[in-house]
Amino acid sequence: MTGWGRTAPTLADLHRPVDAEAVTELLARPAARGVIARGLGRSYGDAAQNAGGRVLSLTALRAVRSFDVETGVISVGAGLSLGDLARMVLPFGWFPPVMPGTSHVTVGGAIAADVHGKNHHREGSFCDHVRSLELVVPGGERRTGAPGDGVFAATAGGMGLTGAVVEATVQLIAVETDRVRVDTERARDLDDVLDRMERGDEGYRYSVAWIDCLARGRALGRSVLMRGDHAGRDELGAGADGAVSEFAPARVLSAPAGVPSGLLSVPAVRAFNEAYFRHAPRCERGRLEPLHSYFHPLDGVQAWNRLYGPRGLLQYQLVVPFGAEDTLRAILERLSGERRPAFLAVLKRFGGGRGLLSFPIPGWTLTMDLPAGDAELSPFFDELDTLVVEAGGRLYLAKDSRLAPELLGRMYPDLERWLELRAELDPHGSLRSDLARRLDLVHTR
Amino acid sequence: MRDALGDVQSVLVLGGGSEIALATVRALVARRARTVVLAARRPEELEATAQELRGAGAAVVEAVRFDADDDASEHLRLADDVFDRHGDLDLVLVTAGVLGDQAAAERDGANARAVVETNFGGLVSAIVACTERMRAQGHGALCVLSTVAAERPRRSNFVYGASKAGLDAFVQGLGDSLAGTGVNVLVVRPGFVHTRMTAGLEAAPLATTPEVVAGAILDGLARGAHTVWAPPALRYVMSVLRHVPRPIFRRLPI
Repeated sequence: MTGWGRTAPTLADLHRPVDAEAVTELLARPAARGVIARGLGRSYGDAAQNAGGRVLSLTALRAVRSFDVETGVISVGAGLSLGDLARMVLPFGWFPPVMPGTSHVTVGGAIAADVHGKNHHREGSFCDHVRSLELVVPGGERRTGAPGDGVFAATAGGMGLTGAVVEATVQLIAVETDRVRVDTERARDLDDVLDRMERGDEGYRYSVAWIDCLARGRALGRSVLMRGDHAGRDELGAGADGAVSEFAPARVLSAPAGVPSGLLSVPAVRAFNEAYFRHAPRCERGRLEPLHSYFHPLDGVQAWNRLYGPRGLLQYQLVVPFGAEDTLRAILERLSGERRPAFLAVLKRFGGGRGLLSFPIPGWTLTMDLPAGDAELSPFFDELDTLVVEAGGRLYLAKDSRLAPELLGRMYPDLERWLELRAELDPHGSLRSDLARRLDLVHTR
Repeated sequence: MRDALGDVQSVLVLGGGSEIALATVRALVARRARTVVLAARRPEELEATAQELRGAGAAVVEAVRFDADDDASEHLRLADDVFDRHGDLDLVLVTAGVLGDQAAAERDGANARAVVETNFGGLVSAIVACTERMRAQGHGALCVLSTVAAERPRRSNFVYGASKAGLDAFVQGLGDSLAGTGVNVLVVRPGFVHTRMTAGLEAAPLATTPEVVAGAILDGLARGAHTVWAPPALRYVMSVLRHVPRPIFRRLPI
């Protein structure tokens, strides 16, 4: 079993409980090497695997317990994906409050990683919209968590290490159509894109910048800024029937198996970046885009992680506080200077966080993918980590697959408080993942 | 745990006194390794090494007694003891081995048998004791030092080469049997390495150092490779030598 990055595989007993009762039974007597819940496996690293232990795949827990179509409050099984949730509620004029870069994320996974979307600067992360959650803890006890209490604070962003979320009640957001009104503009360099985002982001619900990590010199940090909001019914124009039911990619391609490592080389990524930047309009206002293509362009290629070959990939996502723009620049200079083939890099502004281990802090978040399989990447990323920590920033655990454990406490000042709460919910340390072992979050002896 | 770039947090070395082992462990401690168990015939001689590794950042460094010539039951006891006391071990590095005295061994059956038993049979029982524990923990890496001489036995050191050829073949097969268990197996085939073991011998072409072999091992771990050569060019040299007709091979100055 691996994460989405297809690195560091380990073996575990995989169970697929059919409902919350079956989860309770499996957690009543945890395996010797512990247990962890798994959703759709979109964490890049080792968060949802448990070497030599037990893994509970919760994707069968998809039942809708209640849905108030007037208020947009829905209670669903934690295994329901955000894509399926969107398809289910769109015809009633509702949409998930936070959409990460893929729709193949379960509600439980969205809570465990406290995922964010393009609206984070205005509306926070997923757990900001969760009214309550149902947690099964080792021993089989059920606990309910709600904003303000310890169960919730430890579980939001807690990487599944406080228990298995089996159900959650979420406040949806109202939408009138299945389109997003998008403004696109090119930014010539890092200063330009930061400036445009600082000045303009508050005027948009959704904002994200694609950034060229290979551009150097005067073009360092050149970007394509894409911002928008849900289109209103009146914007669709005459002839539109006003239907709001569409949430699907136009077509789904599948990345072939057996792609060798090294396909996404520096020249290939550079060529892609050049074409992407040139192809983007310099300035375009009000283009109506289908929801799916705006939020999840990569979902149009099934198993795109295979394009990195058998050695897999790493995703590196950092956030540094506002004011640490020099750190952002230093990191981009390192990436472009060493000619690392960083593909599909994304820059975004964050508001605040929710849980004790939630990733977002007010600041700039930068995300990039790099092919694994290069021993030189290890010291390279360690240097980036140092820059991030010294700027008061942190890495995203849902993406991490290689952070040094001694840096975690410096990145997450609430770690001690989280460990105390975790010890209350799981006194015997039965909830374990490879990530927890690697980052020394569980004492396995 | 081993991370996405192959860096390990804990390592057990069988043959902890070897210079290749020390160079590798130094490089691992410079990255993520914090627990190091050095198993060697004379653990009492490893105190300076242990101090150095602690100074470099290792939290736990321990030297324990290990002899490839011990009974299989003793190897089992050693593996269980180390895994029980230190928890998961991410990497088992096997560098133990003797070069033997080729001239004596090819004329003295008992001598030849001793070399083969140490380098092959003895290590096999120690390796299996460790891989059984890694199978149970669901992850890990086994890295075994073979040699280019295992690829085609040479007149000048075929006793050593034959013992390593046996080990090499065994470990390759073990790697296939461990596929899908979370345990990755890496066979390392260095050429001539300048160490105490080879001191006084005439260096072969493409002779290398323990540090280069260590670098090849880290690279192999990062790539999840099954075989690495040190230096890498030897892979191509040996794939040619393997096919050289015997009358010519015999006359080659190697």
